[in-house]
Amino acid sequence: MTGYLIRRLFESALILLGITFVTFVLLYLVPADPARQIAGRAATAATVANIRDQLGLNDPLFIQYFRYLSNLFQGDLGRSYMQRAEVSSLIASRLPASLLLMVSAIVTELIIGLTIGIVAALRRNKPVDHTLMIFSFISISAPQFVIGILLLYVFAVQLGWFPIGGYGTFAHLVLPSITLGLLGAGWYSRMMRSSMIEVLGQDFVRTARAKGLSKLRIIIRHVMPNAILPIIAMIGIDIGLFMSGIVVVESVFGWPGIGQLAWQAIQRVDIPVIMGVTMVSATAIVLGNLLADLVTPLIDPRIKTK
Amino acid sequence: MMMTENPERGDGVRPVLSVRDLTVQVATTEGGKTVLDSLSFDLRLGETLALAGESGSGKSMTALAIMGLLPKPMARITAGAIRLGDRDLTELTETDYREIRAKRIAMIFQEPMTSLNPLMTVERQLCEVLLAHEICSRRDAPKRALQLLKDVRLTEPERRLKQFPHELSGGMRQRVMIAIALACDPEILIADEPTTALDVTVQAEILDLIRQLQHVHGTAVLMITHDMGVVAEMADRVILLREGRQEEAAPVRKLFAEPRTAYAAALLAAVPRLGEAPERPAKPQAQKLVEVDDLTVRFDVTGGLLNRTVARLHAVEGVSFHIRAGETLALVGESGSGKSTIGKALLGLVPWDGSIRIDGQQTQGRSRSAMRPVLRKIQMVFQDPGASLDARMTVGDQVVEPLKVHGLAKGSELTDRAEWLFRRVGLSADMLKRYPHEFSGGQRQRVCIARALSLSPQVIVADESVSALDVSVQAQVLDLLQELQDEDALSYLFISHDMAVVERVADRVMVMRLGQVMEEGRRDDVLHDPRHPYTQRLLSAVPVPDPTRVRQTVDVAIGKEPNSPIYPVGEHPDRFALEELKAGHRVALPD
Repeated sequence: MTGYLIRRLFESALILLGITFVTFVLLYLVPADPARQIAGRAATAATVANIRDQLGLNDPLFIQYFRYLSNLFQGDLGRSYMQRAEVSSLIASRLPASLLLMVSAIVTELIIGLTIGIVAALRRNKPVDHTLMIFSFISISAPQFVIGILLLYVFAVQLGWFPIGGYGTFAHLVLPSITLGLLGAGWYSRMMRSSMIEVLGQDFVRTARAKGLSKLRIIIRHVMPNAILPIIAMIGIDIGLFMSGIVVVESVFGWPGIGQLAWQAIQRVDIPVIMGVTMVSATAIVLGNLLADLVTPLIDPRIKTK
Repeated sequence: MMMTENPERGDGVRPVLSVRDLTVQVATTEGGKTVLDSLSFDLRLGETLALAGESGSGKSMTALAIMGLLPKPMARITAGAIRLGDRDLTELTETDYREIRAKRIAMIFQEPMTSLNPLMTVERQLCEVLLAHEICSRRDAPKRALQLLKDVRLTEPERRLKQFPHELSGGMRQRVMIAIALACDPEILIADEPTTALDVTVQAEILDLIRQLQHVHGTAVLMITHDMGVVAEMADRVILLREGRQEEAAPVRKLFAEPRTAYAAALLAAVPRLGEAPERPAKPQAQKLVEVDDLTVRFDVTGGLLNRTVARLHAVEGVSFHIRAGETLALVGESGSGKSTIGKALLGLVPWDGSIRIDGQQTQGRSRSAMRPVLRKIQMVFQDPGASLDARMTVGDQVVEPLKVHGLAKGSELTDRAEWLFRRVGLSADMLKRYPHEFSGGQRQRVCIARALSLSPQVIVADESVSALDVSVQAQVLDLLQELQDEDALSYLFISHDMAVVERVADRVMVMRLGQVMEEGRRDDVLHDPRHPYTQRLLSAVPVPDPTRVRQTVDVAIGKEPNSPIYPVGEHPDRFALEELKAGHRVALPD
């Protein structure tokens, strides 16, 4: 187990290293000139050249990259070009809000998605099932900004149940979590439904019925644990999906998280911040997958961590 | 334990279960189809009643109907009654039925590998049924579960309680299933093909266990099986089903001795009986088509840091043999003996070491493309004809696909060839445009044989090719294989676990165990005068379709854990030396 963990952490570090390289090269190839952005429209060519020189942007790519890497290994993500602050402190001030949103969105999507999936599977091919599947289809296909704005309009503007935007109380959390979680809920409900239907047809469920167990017990003890196994691996992958959703949702709801930070940085070609946010979300995805792989063997005795 | 033989047991005793005019319909796109038609029978106290029949006869439907487990909403009981005591089970609500299941009627299933929940320990699965029917308190349940495992004579019962199903062998799992079934001491045990998925020695143990438990508990057993050997071994009375109707009902000895209906007579005649196969014709010493020397196949078991190889599965270990032109070599052995792996190695489907020569050509170290000319000489027919045909391609296209791949024919030549191949295997040429699902199991296997024949090979590897077929169909396919051999001097490597079938087709037999040859020789030498204890055990475990024979009790070590062919890196299994007893009869020496 320890050996497995060390191996996986080592692999994760390698993946992250690869991501730094790819992101760095991509940003280097972006035609926009960060020095021009910093200097402003009125600046002379001399000023821009001066800034380029100061930031070391004239150095060859690999020198810039290794400078970035050696700083990174010392825990230094660099300074923002636009905001007079360290990237690490910018991220640190924004991360808790994003993590909160993410965790509550995962809880939301699991509750909604699994419930719908289970109910639909047990009412397979009945009107309830069809209705739920139409709902899940809509939640998968509707763009998140549309859902966000719709929820805002109905529940915040018209009904006034929740605040229109911002951060701070539980009420602030509800609409962004639902907006972010609805997409995943649609996926999970479909996966859970088909997984449940598959497990319901398994021989051991017939055995459970032959034992004279109650229907509820069969569903809870025999069907659900087996049906949920493929979903767990999905949650790890899902965190990556969230990262793109979070940029949209945080903008719609004015949520002060790293999604907003990333959005602003991209608009202004603030390369150190973009790199920083990319690294944070990449780490989250890698750790999420690792976590999913570590949890699965706890539930499924057939899988041994090697 | 000595068993008393009492063929008329059950006569005159009150029935515990009465089935009257039971009719079951299954919904299809063309409307309701009757799969069980007015079936009536009594199951009497302490007797074993066998429901026998081929696939589609409705025997499993009967079992599920009695248990109230018919797949809803597809299948339903449309008429009839199932009386248990003074209650009609067909009128019970789902809640009332729960009181019947396990407590009064218990059931064990065909597939022990999938019939237990993979995520729950044996203990929890046993305790669950005890608690559901309030057999004992929560505190006493583990103790009672342990006793149940002891009753079914599972080795190391304390350790087994804490294990998960995947840690147990098929035989052990079926013992656990029996323990679960007997947990509430039911009056009736329904056993639906309980040993079909098991090796023959394990089958003998499980059948023996059921007989002994029945003797102790006085349980009435409804035995559902397609295997007339199992019927003869187990049953007091037999009901023979065919397409949902009762064909014949008789005490077991009477049925075997003088079947009244033509169907029963034909079915019994088709059953291959060990020791009754006709002589194989003497064959001239033709050239050796397949020469295998020191064949070794090992699979790496990886794990640890950086996925190193931590162990190796020695699937085949130093096996040498040859097959002559026009000859059938049968490879027999239990699961995990490496017999299928040898077949795959011959076609280059698994990586292997050693030497394989097909028609004089060495195949070691050949690339995929260099292997092609060899594959024209050797082809394979697999066990499951349903799974080895592409459901979305017409059978005609599939049969000539090898010709296209090898660039041997095109255009109208392909059609001609397909028609010829179809006629060759006894199918009509107008079936070429059909898809696999439009064929029966036996016809599909004919299609697979036609496909294997398309390249006009000299050798065919038949891997359990008739195992999934009903006996009457099995006999026809075996006849076809024989015809092909007689006409074209085809050689077969016939891989099978079924000794009686092997006796019918083989010129020579090779017995495998854990990747090594235990015994090899001419058919009559190996099957009629076996010298190795393992061969003797295999043969004695085969159920004999003769109810007059004294029923065997098993003397093999009960529930013994099978040896594993997995060894740590660097360690090797001891190779057995083979001693030649007489010309061509080789036996492994004990080490």
